[in-house]
Amino acid sequence: MTNTLLECRNVSLSFGNVRALADVSLSLRQGEITALVGDNGAGKSTLVRCVSGIHRPDNGHIIFDGEETDFHSPDEARKAGIETVHQNLALVEDLTVWQNLFLNRELVRGFGPIAFLDRRAMQARAREMVSTLAVNVPAVKSRVRRLSGGQRQAVAICRAAGFSSRLVIMDEPTAALGVQETARVEELILRLRDEGHTVLLISHNFAQVMKLSDHVWVMRAGRCVGGRRTSETSGEEIVSLVTGAVSQ
Amino acid sequence: MANTAIAAPEHGAWTARLKDVGFWAEWAALVGLIVLVIVFQALNPTFLSAGNIASMLVAAAILIILSVGQTFVIATAGIDLSIASTMTLGAVAFGQVYSMGMGLALSCLAAIVASGLVGVLNGVIVARGKITDFIVTLGTLSAASGLALILSDGKPVTIIDATLLGLSTGGLGIFGWSFVIAAVVAVLAHVLLFHTRFGTHLLATGGAAESATAMGISTQRVKIAVYTISGVLAGLGAILLVARIGAAEPAANTAFLLNSVAAVVLGGVSLFGGRGSIIGPVIGALLLIALVNGLTLLGVSQFYQPLAVGIVVVLAALLTRFQR
Repeated sequence: MTNTLLECRNVSLSFGNVRALADVSLSLRQGEITALVGDNGAGKSTLVRCVSGIHRPDNGHIIFDGEETDFHSPDEARKAGIETVHQNLALVEDLTVWQNLFLNRELVRGFGPIAFLDRRAMQARAREMVSTLAVNVPAVKSRVRRLSGGQRQAVAICRAAGFSSRLVIMDEPTAALGVQETARVEELILRLRDEGHTVLLISHNFAQVMKLSDHVWVMRAGRCVGGRRTSETSGEEIVSLVTGAVSQ
Repeated sequence: MANTAIAAPEHGAWTARLKDVGFWAEWAALVGLIVLVIVFQALNPTFLSAGNIASMLVAAAILIILSVGQTFVIATAGIDLSIASTMTLGAVAFGQVYSMGMGLALSCLAAIVASGLVGVLNGVIVARGKITDFIVTLGTLSAASGLALILSDGKPVTIIDATLLGLSTGGLGIFGWSFVIAAVVAVLAHVLLFHTRFGTHLLATGGAAESATAMGISTQRVKIAVYTISGVLAGLGAILLVARIGAAEPAANTAFLLNSVAAVVLGGVSLFGGRGSIIGPVIGALLLIALVNGLTLLGVSQFYQPLAVGIVVVLAALLTRFQR
């Protein structure tokens, strides 16, 4: 039995009258790729935003690595070891690759309150981080604006995977990519798992979920309606859970 | 983004660079300044005399300082329309404290504090109130100039002070003290923008506020900080202004506002935020001063100067469209 890294217990969140999450309970095992599927508006992104510290749930508990969490900001979640690759990637186009990789994690050299950026160290470290990518490697000094979609995705994943993160959350990482780039990003996701990261993958692509994940959780209308080991289920069963044709 | 080939184009041949519009856009201010210097020097040899250079640099000092402040704000995709009237308020605060006989140091402090407070106010309203920069600073533009009129009762205070006189007339060779101060401000600003975490966070806030927030950067704090910097620099400008004209006047100084924005645009700083430099706006400020100075030397009527400035700024803005 593998350990549970993240557990959500009865997590609920409402925006005004809209119940975005209703008593969602699910768990992620250490070192696995767990997929989270569901239709648009099922609450997948909202749940992820709770875990990554952007939203705070109204009710329920989020237990990470055996400890109950109460993140007030994404920064606290990052410090705890939860990194998120947002759907919009959260890259700054006018900054360079290395600046993005180290955004809000900048290495500094300094004395007392005065600290200067250690640009050289960050560039060198960024080159190392990027050189492990399967995607054609972007120059760390180029602005993100000049990268292709796949390269951007790779930079965002690279940032999430660095810095000894325990859990990497990916919100539809291949939604905007072409076939070839999708394949490369999928390789990258598998590599993350092989390196010991736990991955939470949100995806609309059932083939991808069946191919990559070890476990699948299905959400519908703000509820978690079921979970399966990927090896013990089929694409058809997942689809019927998503659409509500089958319950549990 | 179709641009997938990003190997390393930085080492391209010079000829290729010169054909690239982006290169010209990046260095528009410098190219413009060089062209102006050549043209004016050809038409009037006194343009590059030591005396004229010295007077241009001194004349540029206040504009450089304000442009640096404006750069910080514009790099976060904001704009500080109140910068010139904040300077006026600072000058009036200086004059009031000075006329109470409290001495030069306290007067300078009063100018910085008064202007800095306007900056803090701008920042807090923009960041916490989530109101457009344009509207907030338009409001404080009016409020600060009104406050300056109220405090001074509309009257200028003449300031006769040996130290201040030295500040505006003395210097190191052709570099007047006020220009030296402006240069130091520019160097510090450059270091702040490109060699500290704050600078990176500032550019991230301007370039993609949502991404910056997702990475845990407090964009509100950045916003408050840039407006405070802008206000404090306006206060410094106020001291130099008082030194220069020998009086603390509640005058509007509108030209300083327009020229500070113009210098920033000339300097290739994106009005949409996220990218910019300090050297660019500094050169932009020098260009504007050189333009006005040259036209005056050539005996062109003063009425034509705003027209010339306007044309140059619009041309520069057109060029920045080709920036990469």
